[in-house]
Amino acid sequence: MFGLNKKDTTLLIAVAFLALCAPFILNPFPEGSSLAQFNAGYPDLMQRFVIFGIFAIGFNILFGLTGYLSFGHAAFLGVGSYSAVWMFKLLGMNVLPAIALSVVVAGLFALLIGYISLRRSGIYFSILTLAFAQMSFNLAYSVLTPITNGETGLQLTLNDPRILGQSATADGGIPVTNLLPGIEMRDTFTMELGPWLFQFNTGYYLCAVFLLLAFYLSVRIFRSPFGLMLRAVKSNQQRMYYTGLNTRPYTLAAFVISGMYAGLAGGLMASMDPLAGAERMQWTASGEVVLMTILGGAGTLIGPVLGAGFIKYFENIFSKINDSVLHGWFGFMPDGLENALVFVSHFFVGKSWHLTLGLLFMLVVTFLPGGLVEGGQRIGRLFRRKSAEDAKSTDVKPAE
Amino acid sequence: MGILEVKDVGKRFGGLQALGDVNLSVAENSVHAIIGPNGAGKSTLLNCLVGKLIPDSGSVMFDGQSVLGRKPYEINQMGISRVFQTPEIFGDLTVFENMMIPCFAKRDGAFRLHALENVGRERDLVEKAEQMLIDVNMIDKRHMHTASMSRGDKRRLEMAMCLVQEPRLLLLDEPTAGMARADTNNTIDLLKEIKETRDITMAIIEHDMHVVFSLADRITVLAQGTPLVEDTPDKIKGHPKVREAYLGEAH
Repeated sequence: MFGLNKKDTTLLIAVAFLALCAPFILNPFPEGSSLAQFNAGYPDLMQRFVIFGIFAIGFNILFGLTGYLSFGHAAFLGVGSYSAVWMFKLLGMNVLPAIALSVVVAGLFALLIGYISLRRSGIYFSILTLAFAQMSFNLAYSVLTPITNGETGLQLTLNDPRILGQSATADGGIPVTNLLPGIEMRDTFTMELGPWLFQFNTGYYLCAVFLLLAFYLSVRIFRSPFGLMLRAVKSNQQRMYYTGLNTRPYTLAAFVISGMYAGLAGGLMASMDPLAGAERMQWTASGEVVLMTILGGAGTLIGPVLGAGFIKYFENIFSKINDSVLHGWFGFMPDGLENALVFVSHFFVGKSWHLTLGLLFMLVVTFLPGGLVEGGQRIGRLFRRKSAEDAKSTDVKPAE
Repeated sequence: MGILEVKDVGKRFGGLQALGDVNLSVAENSVHAIIGPNGAGKSTLLNCLVGKLIPDSGSVMFDGQSVLGRKPYEINQMGISRVFQTPEIFGDLTVFENMMIPCFAKRDGAFRLHALENVGRERDLVEKAEQMLIDVNMIDKRHMHTASMSRGDKRRLEMAMCLVQEPRLLLLDEPTAGMARADTNNTIDLLKEIKETRDITMAIIEHDMHVVFSLADRITVLAQGTPLVEDTPDKIKGHPKVREAYLGEAH
């Protein structure tokens, strides 16, 4: 189906199902229960899952396939965000032209940076991309203030022209982003099922559709001759040269495609919340997408999405667990023990969630170099081996 | 006029004259071996032919066109394939994928953005790649990852990857270096088979006399960067100068 084989189609359908049903899946705990704080099914966070998923899928096309580790991909995300906000300021509040412009501008920017950075490989390439991203960040922060509005970040105002829309709404407010007139990104339909509360947000579903498109495209690229060439770049560039292939255009194309994915993510981010700040381009943001991809499994199809979800969940849910929540959990214990446990846990949750994430990252990289996907595969193999042992009496075919 | 004409090629590395006025003519559909003791300039010469090095003087013509100044991938697209001293293959990919890459390179040129096609659906190329694997006796290994294969198998695969491009000239840089005797014999058999069944010109740089004498139609002996003699294997064997410069020392 769709030019994919059976296995990939199944994967695509699974991702589609998860994306569409995310408001249910991420909200397993009833409202008001003590576990409700682990619910992640609110629009803002779901949007972030999906947007960073797209970002990581794109990054994986470059890093996972060609092995070129870019430390500056957040620059393209930031450029995408700025482009989208400018579209909202000048043209109107429809998100589609804004997203289209984000993708194009990020693609052109990636072409420029990629053209220069790809003259080197390995660590030098990484450093070059890092340098470019930091340059972009500093430019956005200072010199380019007329375009980026510097420290404050680019925001919508009542004085923006918006030639296809209106500068201000009838009641004097700033208009909101929409897909079609009347379908606003912030529209949320709330469904109550007993004690459960599910939220269906227009913006989230728009992002989810883009995620599916992005994921589908990445599957096609992975299975294409182009994808094969990118893996060949990672494996042996020497052999490629002597097989009549020029590696430069291949890596540059991969770089631009992944830059466009980042631009799409940036455009979506601005569409959900129309402001753009320079901090989106900082090196920590670039590092984050590297973490996501490696944590999930670089070079795998689904890994980056898993990694993005994992990290964003930690960032938003673990960070909310503060000392009073901990006291609530350990309250049944004797006072001394309670305080001791809270004191210890304190270092791993709340503001210190980075420590837990760091430990997890170390564990994954050490024991599961293939990331969470490899973990899943190992568990899968374990089960298969068990069922194979059960069936051994009838079938003695060697396992492949 | 041979398919490959090397004229007065010289190359210096600092104070070292690696090649001095080398003249060489490789006739079409022949096997031409280039032998010589260590440091004779064999590898330098080969690197000048494939675009890795640019000679200081002289000319290298392939089929009437100069190869000098061209990039390795351009030279390959002209019809010259190269086998390396240590097999250079795509270690992270399967045997089948390794075979598909040269097929695409041959059909699509140095670059093509074929991002929405599917590797498995290129029926013609898949058939071609599989036929080649059958020819070199590796079809049962098609799903294997190449990193775990023996050196002989890697060499066999590398050769298949070159042959599937139907090159007019195949350059082999010590194809049996570092191989066990059995692997060496296998490789010789394979090369003999290639020579008999395909219209292909081969230039072999080799250390191992056994390989050279069982394959070559003509042999050039290189010593200290200049060709000493060029003749048929039988004549080379008894040539006093060669004995002195090479056979006497190395074997």
